[in-house]
Amino acid sequence: MIKTKFKLVGTRPLRPDGVDKVTGRARFGADISAPGMLHALILRSPHAHARIKSIDTSRAEKLPGVKAVVTRDDFKLPEREDLVDICRNVMAREKALYDGHAVAAVAAVSKTVAREALKRIQVEYQVLPHVTDVDAAMKPRAPILHKGMRTIGAEPAAKKDSNVAQIHTFGHGDVVKGFAKADIIIERSFKTEATHQGYIEPHACLATYGADDRADLWCCTQGHYMVRNACAGLLGMEVSHLRVTASEIGGGFGGKTTVFIEPVALALSRKAGKPVKLVMSRDEVFRASGPTSSSSTDVKIGITKKGKITAAQAILRYQGGAFPGSPVQFGAMTGFAPYDLENVHTVGYDVVANRPKQAAYRAPGAPLAAFAIESVIDELAHKIGMDPLEFRLKNAAREGTKSSYGPTFGPIGLEATLKESKKHPHHLAPLGPNQGRGVACGFWFNFGGQTSVSLNIGEDGTVSVVEGNPDIGGSRASMCLMAAEELGVPYEKVRTVIADTASLGYNEVTDGSRVTFAVGMATIKAARQAIAIMCERAAKIWDIPAEAVVWEDGCAKPAGSNAGNFKPMTLAEIAGSAGSTGGPISGHSEATADGAGVSFATHMVDVEVDPDTGKVTVLRYTVFQDAGKAIHPAYVEGQFQGGAAQGVGWAINEEYIYGEDGRLQNPGFLDYRIPVASDLPMIDTVILEIPNPGHPYGVRGVGETSIVPPLAAIANAVSEAAGVRLTHLPMSPPRVLKAMMENGKGAA
Amino acid sequence: MTKTAVSTTINGDAAEFLCETGETLLDVLRDRLDLTGSKEGCGTGDCGACSVMLDGRLVCSCLVLGVEAQGRAVETIEGMAEGETLHPLQQKFLEHAALQCGVCTPGFLVAAKALLEVNDDPSESQVRYWLAGNLCRCTGYDKIVRAVLDTAKDMRSARA
Repeated sequence: MIKTKFKLVGTRPLRPDGVDKVTGRARFGADISAPGMLHALILRSPHAHARIKSIDTSRAEKLPGVKAVVTRDDFKLPEREDLVDICRNVMAREKALYDGHAVAAVAAVSKTVAREALKRIQVEYQVLPHVTDVDAAMKPRAPILHKGMRTIGAEPAAKKDSNVAQIHTFGHGDVVKGFAKADIIIERSFKTEATHQGYIEPHACLATYGADDRADLWCCTQGHYMVRNACAGLLGMEVSHLRVTASEIGGGFGGKTTVFIEPVALALSRKAGKPVKLVMSRDEVFRASGPTSSSSTDVKIGITKKGKITAAQAILRYQGGAFPGSPVQFGAMTGFAPYDLENVHTVGYDVVANRPKQAAYRAPGAPLAAFAIESVIDELAHKIGMDPLEFRLKNAAREGTKSSYGPTFGPIGLEATLKESKKHPHHLAPLGPNQGRGVACGFWFNFGGQTSVSLNIGEDGTVSVVEGNPDIGGSRASMCLMAAEELGVPYEKVRTVIADTASLGYNEVTDGSRVTFAVGMATIKAARQAIAIMCERAAKIWDIPAEAVVWEDGCAKPAGSNAGNFKPMTLAEIAGSAGSTGGPISGHSEATADGAGVSFATHMVDVEVDPDTGKVTVLRYTVFQDAGKAIHPAYVEGQFQGGAAQGVGWAINEEYIYGEDGRLQNPGFLDYRIPVASDLPMIDTVILEIPNPGHPYGVRGVGETSIVPPLAAIANAVSEAAGVRLTHLPMSPPRVLKAMMENGKGAA
Repeated sequence: MTKTAVSTTINGDAAEFLCETGETLLDVLRDRLDLTGSKEGCGTGDCGACSVMLDGRLVCSCLVLGVEAQGRAVETIEGMAEGETLHPLQQKFLEHAALQCGVCTPGFLVAAKALLEVNDDPSESQVRYWLAGNLCRCTGYDKIVRAVLDTAKDMRSARA
């Protein structure tokens, strides 16, 4: 049964880690040092694609103050298949596959010495032809990145090497028949450029490897159990011999869900016998962490004159950098999820190219698909003169709809977000000249996964929640709220800490919008277990059966025939006497969290396009999203606003620009410009709460859905304002102006 | 490598350190003086996470050399609260949930304090342009701007 009446959940208390973070006391990845620590730096390939013929480190090793140098020779290719590409990405082997690919690393007594040592490493490259564009990489005579790579899922079976790693297909019905029934069909092609998550904190770690083959690692990551698993595998260690502690994390958005520098720091520390600190520069973050895919997508949708979709089809091509695994599968699954479709078919091509291996970025793959599909939906609505919100409502997925990716939806909030946006003042506000309004819908699955939580009752009646998921956006506040709600104690009596990997069972990465859902559920279960123990203790003291004790308002109370016979015992009283009633009191939950609830959003945005320059200004923005249940509404709003802001950057400004030489041209915040405060308006939010039956309080993940609609919503707004359909992101001034000029719209 | 001795004032206290001439003030603060509240987000003056005050002027400490602190006064995030009492901006940032990951927060607070020292009644637009040198990737700036405007309002009424 889903709880619906709350005392604390839904309020907005101050976050428990707040004072640390406003005073500078919080310790992030690069904020820790160790006695005798060395500083490490990585040498990176300047070439997009090159055979590494030799690496001579002897001159670097002879430099006084250099304590260790590692190269490909220090990393044995792991037997575990899931680690092979990670190993190859962490340190180049036969070939450097992108500008920025790690080739060697040094640890020295100072950064100055380490910098000098890098200069003394001699690498002999044989430069090879490269390819960075997704469509070019798929062409028959494109330079091949991986000899022997055959396309999985090709029909008939692939006989030649290819940069297409895999083909994914989804859908149901018969699109050919569906298109035959359509009165109007629109077909369009779209492109998007790669972006970066743009977390402000570069990757950083401190590795301490002992002569006893036990190691400690401190790092900023979204998942320290993942780091432990990957690093242990790459270094040939047993997982329990490596303890990983997650620092405070300065943003991740998916970009810190894998390892880059951590295994290198450990290998250096093992070789040097000293602690090694390794911190990426911003240039390295751009060139050698995990940006998004760039994409090329064809969409075809048919409708009746009355606005009913008869068939929908999309072909998506995502390059995911130098190794297979782009999120094209998610794009192909999510793009049509907001619609109730009889006939739908999507094909996704996972393509490799000479760029850094992509990593997750907030609802990975979904924003690109939504951009293409929601653009065509918008155009169709306009074509038949129907309000785009009304058009979406007419075709909206509901409870019982067979989704475009297979499963049938339970209770979902898409209709609620559309209805709410229709009646919102934003929808009714007038627009000025050169202005346009766009809307778009978005979907994300959300995730649960393996989760461990311990909840310890302190001897004075205060509570520690011990969890294993780095808090990336205020989740500790939510855990404190849920524990306090269950236990009936004040919020301030609960402290939530993120434990190291030795202190709890396995926890999956802070991703998939899973933490408030899965860790929240585990916290609630752990609290309920502790409550059961406390009721037993009270029963023992009162000498009545445990079943005759209930927990209410933070107290054990005798119930049934014993009601009123004993004075209720507070949590603090039970905790205080625990030593004589059976010992310490803790609750635990170790489980795989099933039942994550999908989440939908509708975004509405007003823009103005300068007809002289093509510059797009965002004037007004409103997010409507289903949160299931907002535990701490301020941080739910924060997720909505942050996703929208990142979407604005992706839509109108951010872009990985590669030169003819295959080198990244803009690896810095000056030239890769993320939105700044003066670029944005306030971002209004409307939280809808359609409870998820899979969570005791109805929680759905909220972190990722918020970045799915903005690309399309903004493109729809810009297209209206500019009078021409924009099909290539980002909609930077030159691109918008060019589109306007070609259609006789620009003022210049 | 030869080091230079520097005498300076940090958060009101005299401080001395040795540094290489190429070291930035940010490196010195973080690596030599253990003042890790100032963050390095870019090292090129684009993100503002290392914002400090140098003789009353807002600067990116990654663009200042450590030796340039000689004889001058540096104020960092560590000096913003008075003992256990948070500065009103720090308190408002918490109340408005104006931080998510919190890594940009020290820089924003230092920069916002500098704004309110020269303009105690900024418009939303003035706040946005003043803080345009500080990058935040989590919040979309909404709650940060509200926190600064709300602080300014409270500080004005406290004076009135």
